[in-house]
Amino acid sequence: MSAATGSDRTQPVTESRARRLRFLTDSTALIFLVLLALVAVFALVRPDAFASVNNVRNIFIGAATLLVIAVGMTFVIVSAGIDLSVGSVLVFSSVISIKVMTALGNQGWPVAIAGVAAGMAAGLAWGLLNGVLIAKARIPALIVTLGTLGAALGLAQIITGGVNLRGVPVELTEALGFGRVAGIPWLVVVAAVVTAIGIVVLRFTRFGRYTYAVGSNPEAARRAGVKVERHLIKVYALTGMLSGLAGVMSLARFSSTNIGGHLTDNLQAIAAVVIGGTSLFGGIGTVFGTVVGVFIPSVLQNGFVILRVQPFWQEVAVGVVLIAAVYIDQIKRRARERL
Amino acid sequence: MAVAADPPILALRGVSKRFGAVRALTRVDLDLQAGEVVALVGDNGAGKSTLIKSVAGIHPFDEGEVRFDGEPVRITHPKDAADLGIEVVYQDLALADNLDVVQNMYLGRERHKALGVLDEESMERSARETMTALAVTTLGSVRQVVAGLSGGQRQSVAVAKAVMWNSRVVILDEPTAALGVAQTHQVLQLVRRLGDRGLAVLLVSHNLHDVFEVADRIAVLRLGQKVADLRADATSQQEVVEAITAGELADAAGTEVDAS
Ligand SMILES: Nc1ncnc2c1ncn2[C@@H]1O[C@H](COP(=O)(O)OP(=O)(O)OP(=O)(O)O)[C@@H](O)[C@H]1O
Ligand SMILES: [Mg+2]
Repeated sequence: MSAATGSDRTQPVTESRARRLRFLTDSTALIFLVLLALVAVFALVRPDAFASVNNVRNIFIGAATLLVIAVGMTFVIVSAGIDLSVGSVLVFSSVISIKVMTALGNQGWPVAIAGVAAGMAAGLAWGLLNGVLIAKARIPALIVTLGTLGAALGLAQIITGGVNLRGVPVELTEALGFGRVAGIPWLVVVAAVVTAIGIVVLRFTRFGRYTYAVGSNPEAARRAGVKVERHLIKVYALTGMLSGLAGVMSLARFSSTNIGGHLTDNLQAIAAVVIGGTSLFGGIGTVFGTVVGVFIPSVLQNGFVILRVQPFWQEVAVGVVLIAAVYIDQIKRRARERL
Repeated sequence: MAVAADPPILALRGVSKRFGAVRALTRVDLDLQAGEVVALVGDNGAGKSTLIKSVAGIHPFDEGEVRFDGEPVRITHPKDAADLGIEVVYQDLALADNLDVVQNMYLGRERHKALGVLDEESMERSARETMTALAVTTLGSVRQVVAGLSGGQRQSVAVAKAVMWNSRVVILDEPTAALGVAQTHQVLQLVRRLGDRGLAVLLVSHNLHDVFEVADRIAVLRLGQKVADLRADATSQQEVVEAITAGELADAAGTEVDAS
């Protein structure tokens, strides 16, 4: 054993290290190039408007909440699941958050922090419910989260009477909503931190490894001693909690709930994840790809507005990119199965 | 009572298993010694898979005793078997296709560095050492995704995964069933090396040619009973075939319920 270890020292690098260097593989690399190309084109055509600090900041702020949700969605889809409830959970969480802050008097940091915690806890609760129904009751994820999509939004409207609530503590709007550190908006910092943690967890930790394993072959994972049900519950709980965080971010940004404004968040998040190279069949995907998948639509939208292209073209373009991404995934799977 | 100097690692004594009216196993005795490859043969429905699954803790025996290193043990859950060092390679292998060889071998037992970060390099090195020790040379990179491997390579990975964990008993359910000639030969050599490394190996197979190539001993099941237990070098294919098809059953009353 020790002799073998000794001889191993002559080997320069393990493949792990080499593998880490080519982290931009196949479809993710391709889609990243697409994003770079888009940025390059818009920046060349309208350097004044597109490449300005203000505009870049706007793109990032606009993408921040969706990015937080999409990081959670990446874990869900890598585990071979789906979560349609994220937008509704976001809305519900923001309602709970503002209710708690209102009950505590709408001002001061302690109140704001309580509101953040309440929003995240509300999201976590929905995520746990999703996870238990999917993993323990074995109801398909599509159905469970379609159900909680309706239920969470319905309850949010019952609680609010269908009108948007105001009354976010100024501390929260001024810091998280508009504040900046070193010129970077806090919303973007939060989204970046969540993304960085997501990348590390999915790629370098046991939690991430189990997520791939469960999405790849749950039976293999089970036989290897992975507690598959419990892991799935954790994955949905994580996504619920991130949706709750996104709800708080949205509150801080708009100083108000936005009950009708998140109806397509789920589809946008799923699209971003899939565009980023994550396979809907599970077992394959990266958070980095999801980041790219979030920014392609927002850069397109922003660029089209600046170029005065009808903004509806953005939706057409995103649709095309989405279908292309899934098609590439299919081709890869078929090629692999022929081996 | 004095026990012989070297008790078998795993000993089954009078084990039985019923599924409703079907007697899948009736009072079977079986010993697995260290360093010995035992083949378990028998016709379809003879009870081979049932025996494996009971030893693996998937469904415990109804009656009889299981001894490990001479001590009576209860195996009622897969974890019990794993804790004893009993590893099973099922026919479907159950590898995670999207993970690479190292990730599959360490699935569920990953090594860590600080802060819960996986220690990929140490896992890769040991995985390679295991492959080298088992003389698995056909694999190429241990960092390729399992989906791209051939049947024989996948089998090798599953076997290596099973023997990595200081296991003492390795049970293989038809490891060569889906393989071509060359790959069958490689896998059988691998099975033989497990025995040579001092493991107790139980090999389930329908292929008598394979069985005679690697086994030290051949146990024959027929209708849930063990009808023969032969040394491979002291028997013939013909004798084994006779036992499989017409081996004498101890208790005719017990076999009335025929799974037909
Ligand atoms: N879970 C079960 N429920 C009911 N009957 C079962 C179950 N598992 C096995 N049996 C029965 O027990 C008997 C032995 O089956 P077993 O699968 O052990 O046979 P085998 O020797 O592995 O056959 P094969 O060579 O076809 O794999 C058969 O009659 C089978 O129908
Ligand atoms: Mg069988």
